[in-house]
Amino acid sequence: MTVVTLTINDRLISAKKGSTILEAAEDADIFIPTLCRLKGLSPRGGCRLCLVEVEGSPRLTASCITQAQEGMVVRTETETLGRYRRMIIELLLTERNHVCAVCVMNGRCELQRMAARLGVDHVRYEYRYPDLAVDASHERHVRDPNRCILCARCVRVCDEVEGAHTLDMMGRGIHTNVITGMNIPWGKTRSCTSCGKCVQVCPTGAIFSKGTGVAEMEKRQDFLAWILSGRDDNIWNWGE
Amino acid sequence: MNRIELKAMAQVEQERQAKFRCRILCCMSTPCISSGASKILAAFADAITAEGLAAEVEAATSGCMGPCSRGPMVTIKNRGEADVIYERVTPEMVAPILNRHVRGQTVPSLDARILSHDIPFFAKQEKVVLAGSGDIDPERLESCVAAGGYEALGQVLREMTPSDVCVEILRSGLRGRGGAGYPTGFKWQRVQKATGDRKYVVANGDEGDPGAYMDRTLMESDPHRVLEGMAVAGYAVGADRGYIYVRREYPLAAKRLEKAITQAERAGLLGNRALDSPFNFRIDIRMGAGAFVCGEETALMQSIMGRRGQPVPRPPYPAQQGLWGAPTLINNVETFGNVAMIINRGAEWYAGLGTEKSKGTKIFALAGKTVNTGLIEVPMGITLREIVYDIGGGIQDGRAFKAAQTGGPSGGCIPADNLDTPMDYEALAALGSIMGSGGLIVMDDTSCMPDVARFFMAFCMDESCGKCGPCRGGTVQMHRILTRITEGAATMKDLENLEELCGMVKDTSLCGLGQTAPNPILSTLRFFRDEYEVHIRDHHCPAGVCRFDNAVSRAI
Ligand SMILES: Cc1cc2nc3c(=O)[nH]c(=O)nc-3n(C[C@H](O)[C@H](O)[C@H](O)COP(=O)(O)O)c2cc1C
Ligand code: SF4
Ligand code: SF4
Ligand code: SF4
Ligand code: SF4
Ligand code: FES
Ligand code: FES
Repeated sequence: MTVVTLTINDRLISAKKGSTILEAAEDADIFIPTLCRLKGLSPRGGCRLCLVEVEGSPRLTASCITQAQEGMVVRTETETLGRYRRMIIELLLTERNHVCAVCVMNGRCELQRMAARLGVDHVRYEYRYPDLAVDASHERHVRDPNRCILCARCVRVCDEVEGAHTLDMMGRGIHTNVITGMNIPWGKTRSCTSCGKCVQVCPTGAIFSKGTGVAEMEKRQDFLAWILSGRDDNIWNWGE
Repeated sequence: MNRIELKAMAQVEQERQAKFRCRILCCMSTPCISSGASKILAAFADAITAEGLAAEVEAATSGCMGPCSRGPMVTIKNRGEADVIYERVTPEMVAPILNRHVRGQTVPSLDARILSHDIPFFAKQEKVVLAGSGDIDPERLESCVAAGGYEALGQVLREMTPSDVCVEILRSGLRGRGGAGYPTGFKWQRVQKATGDRKYVVANGDEGDPGAYMDRTLMESDPHRVLEGMAVAGYAVGADRGYIYVRREYPLAAKRLEKAITQAERAGLLGNRALDSPFNFRIDIRMGAGAFVCGEETALMQSIMGRRGQPVPRPPYPAQQGLWGAPTLINNVETFGNVAMIINRGAEWYAGLGTEKSKGTKIFALAGKTVNTGLIEVPMGITLREIVYDIGGGIQDGRAFKAAQTGGPSGGCIPADNLDTPMDYEALAALGSIMGSGGLIVMDDTSCMPDVARFFMAFCMDESCGKCGPCRGGTVQMHRILTRITEGAATMKDLENLEELCGMVKDTSLCGLGQTAPNPILSTLRFFRDEYEVHIRDHHCPAGVCRFDNAVSRAI
């Protein structure tokens, strides 16, 4: 295994060549906040929470999509980064209607947890209160765009892992939305296999199992690592 | 076709044109067409036939002449006389114009419509990219070839190695005209050195900046120049295929490009074995659906590949991994428009134009409150004052110049104190603005700067692709605060939040759209901060633009 050595927050770290700064940091137990990244899905670089400072680079760097290089000097916790991350979370909260007290994910939500961890205790910006319809037409799952942070984890898992591509994004800017099928009710799509992968990877209460009540939804994201390692080890490849 | 046949084609056409005692060129680009140019051309053609003048007078289509807001524009080329340009031509003027230039009659009523060639609007310009624009018929290959079209391609295919071509472009000092001003020669060399079985050349003709139409005009007026530039680039970097990406709103540009590609392929100038050389180069057109972000290079390539037009993080850069993972050269349409001239006249000649670090010329779409507006091509380093007062003829109604906005939604404002700023990449950046793609909006004292910032923020908010959080949510909040300011409902705390948002969105956004969206705010704050404060503290708009109907109740 080829190894690169880099400095993160004044600590010397060894990382597998080809791994991202984020992976290198995680292996060394250094926390970098993320929301759109999920191990096993293609990187997106969309939430911008994982930004870090790299010495010699004038711009902030998204650690989830940038490879660790030999000799890199990285800072993950600066005053500016902390401030920016809190602002990004605040913006996510104003975009949609996050009323945790009546949300199925209350207490287990990644957005909520991240907000608490980064110290977001109030929101300084105007709430938008968009008028978004809940889609409960699927027999097993519900999609509630009011809780969506547009991380596209559901879209990616449905396309890249399940291979169904039932989910996609429509519109742009603040009007971007996750859609099912060609923007038809989820229950009417014929490509959905009801596998539930999107339910498990969604970080918030935007996709959940029918019948769960306030604070009752539990998600198991480790299933993705399990399926993928199974595939990588060719368990289902009986030809050989 | 080989180079000798190309020369012969040029000569035949030159001789054909020389046969006419009088040639009448009617601009047939979008602005002139929309003010009725088609009728004028038809009227000239009819009158020529009706009066039996077909052997000595020709009425022909041409590209844009520049003063587009004064269309329809017509140039009269009378043998042995200086060219005459008429503005705002009406069908009634057709007969008198013929009488005057064919029969030598004096028609005083026409004088008012003549735009003299030596007025500063023309005299201060330097046409390199647009050299053929007002002259040639963009729909006839012969006309373009007669003006030197495809000579440069012939020369590089016969006389230069791909590396020579890259070096020549590098030595010319040409920088990308799409906005950022990256040295074009470096980009070509990178693609040339990249390894891959296949390589691509992409011309970016998306041009989403509000008010800008430089690229459209070039594609409509001289499509072969763009195609030739792409082919030279293809040879230089080792690509055999090019795409030209045109936005859906530019149907005429697409039509003329398509026609040009077909004609050039039939003539053996593009396609397989171009100009009887081993070089193959096919060009296809791709139409965008009209999203500003699709001008961003990674989003544009996604769009060409048939995917959702959203930016993807760089690196890898297109030069390493672009279309379908292959090394891809992407340049702006105007950048390609410079190439043939550099080859024809040499890198030294080109490097002699412009300033030390910004070589050549730049096309601007001059708009706003100047007396003359339209499309201009000027040497880099010309001062803003020369553009506004000489070429633009000063401010309408004798009012005061307040600021010029350059670079569109990614750019900023230059205030009156800096009128003597040379227009080059560095000087504009030092003022917190950018050259951008060439939008240039001149404002007088009736413009309200917070309102201008709000206009550009509304644009960015609508055009944000929504992929990343800071741009998607940040532009909305910045727009809200600006709206409150212009409605007299904001507080000083809002201004503080606004500035903080500007910094965050600039530093954290994924692509250039978000990274530059705060620029119009930052630059107006830099030079016109007092205007923001007066709006907030006194509910007063110094320019008299904003209305404060809600201000009283909110202020209590
Ligand atoms: C939001 C956004 C929009 C852009 N739009 C255009 C455009 O319409 N035309 C263009 O040539 N470049 C545009 N660019 C710049 C391109 O990404 C790219 O830098 C350029 O096409 C490179 O060509 P050049 O080196 O010849 O300038 C845009 C960039 C951003 C971030
Ligand atoms: S998704 Fe998370 S943040 Fe949003 S309402 Fe539910 S628990 Fe709260
Ligand atoms: S349940 Fe499975 S197939 Fe259906 S949308 Fe979700 S991930 Fe796709
Ligand atoms: S539904 Fe969930 S997984 Fe899908 S984009 Fe929204 S928040 Fe992300
Ligand atoms: S900065 Fe704006 S336009 Fe660019 S990727 Fe992010 S959301 Fe899309
Ligand atoms: S985790 Fe890197 S941008 Fe979302
Ligand atoms: S469009 Fe006719 S002069 Fe520009």
